[in-house]
Amino acid sequence: MKKLISIVFLLYVAYQLFVVFYAVPFGTDEVRSKVGRFYLEHSPKDLHVANTVTSIVVNFRGFDTLGEVTVLFLASTALGSILFRRREVHTRLSHLRTSVEASSIVRVAGRILFPLIVLLGAYVFIHGHLTPGGGFQGGVIIATGFLFLLLAYRQFTVEHRTIMWIESLAGITFAGIGLVGIFVGKTFLENFLGVGRLNDLISGGIIPLIYIAVGFKVAAELTGILDTILSISITVDETENQTEKNG
Amino acid sequence: MSTIITILVVIGALVLVAAAVFAVHKRDLVVATVATSVISLVLSLFYFLLQAPDVALTEAAIGVALTTIIFIVTIKNTKRFED
Repeated sequence: MKKLISIVFLLYVAYQLFVVFYAVPFGTDEVRSKVGRFYLEHSPKDLHVANTVTSIVVNFRGFDTLGEVTVLFLASTALGSILFRRREVHTRLSHLRTSVEASSIVRVAGRILFPLIVLLGAYVFIHGHLTPGGGFQGGVIIATGFLFLLLAYRQFTVEHRTIMWIESLAGITFAGIGLVGIFVGKTFLENFLGVGRLNDLISGGIIPLIYIAVGFKVAAELTGILDTILSISITVDETENQTEKNG
Repeated sequence: MSTIITILVVIGALVLVAAAVFAVHKRDLVVATVATSVISLVLSLFYFLLQAPDVALTEAAIGVALTTIIFIVTIKNTKRFED
């Protein structure tokens, strides 16, 4: 019965794909000439968004971005569930982070550069609809700032409860904005806010809101991954013993 | 593209291939990891020249910083030299 259902389902998917691709004559260039031009024309005209990449990622293909964010969330959860047990609970610091103190140059530079890196990351994701970059890039830049602090200060740890809250709230915000689109307009992730003027900071409707949420989410996830990875302790002896046991 | 940029692209491509071969053949894994981060750096420059600044930002931040650090921490926790 299960097999039958899956075969019917696959046949249905194949039929739908066939219908879509049958409409496109073989060998014609529909994507570059029509789809690309549609995005390039409608992004500044209808959405008033200067960065076409952002308008595709967040508005035209917003649902795919939600899936992408989910993939990142699942990856970080899986990594955490594997590595979290290996963290040293009492000291919460592995030999990697306690053995050698970072030099004073690194420590002072970390103290000066950390706010600037976070500011750059926030700028990148807040201005995602105006300049290159967006939530993912800004989030990763913020995570590198935290990485600098984690490397410079051996005692610095990240509060995982806070990270969890930031991550959850950002994810809920993304999905919530999408759901409001259903109630206010017609479709999930519909751009229901006014689009404003081209090149204004507050423009593009829901695009900046979603990218700010994505920025917070990515930054929190990657910071959590880095803190977990830097806090685990596996000595060489232990791994060798394990391979001996397994082999 | 102007001549200077073409020369830069050719040099970058050569560095790319050299770093890739170096990363495969080097027994010291830390050196190999640094070679892969060099690949990411040159690649992000290429993305920028090919008018994809969004991808260039991602490649620079993830490829150069995060992946390298994750690899180096993993190497520190396991073994530094390849058998």
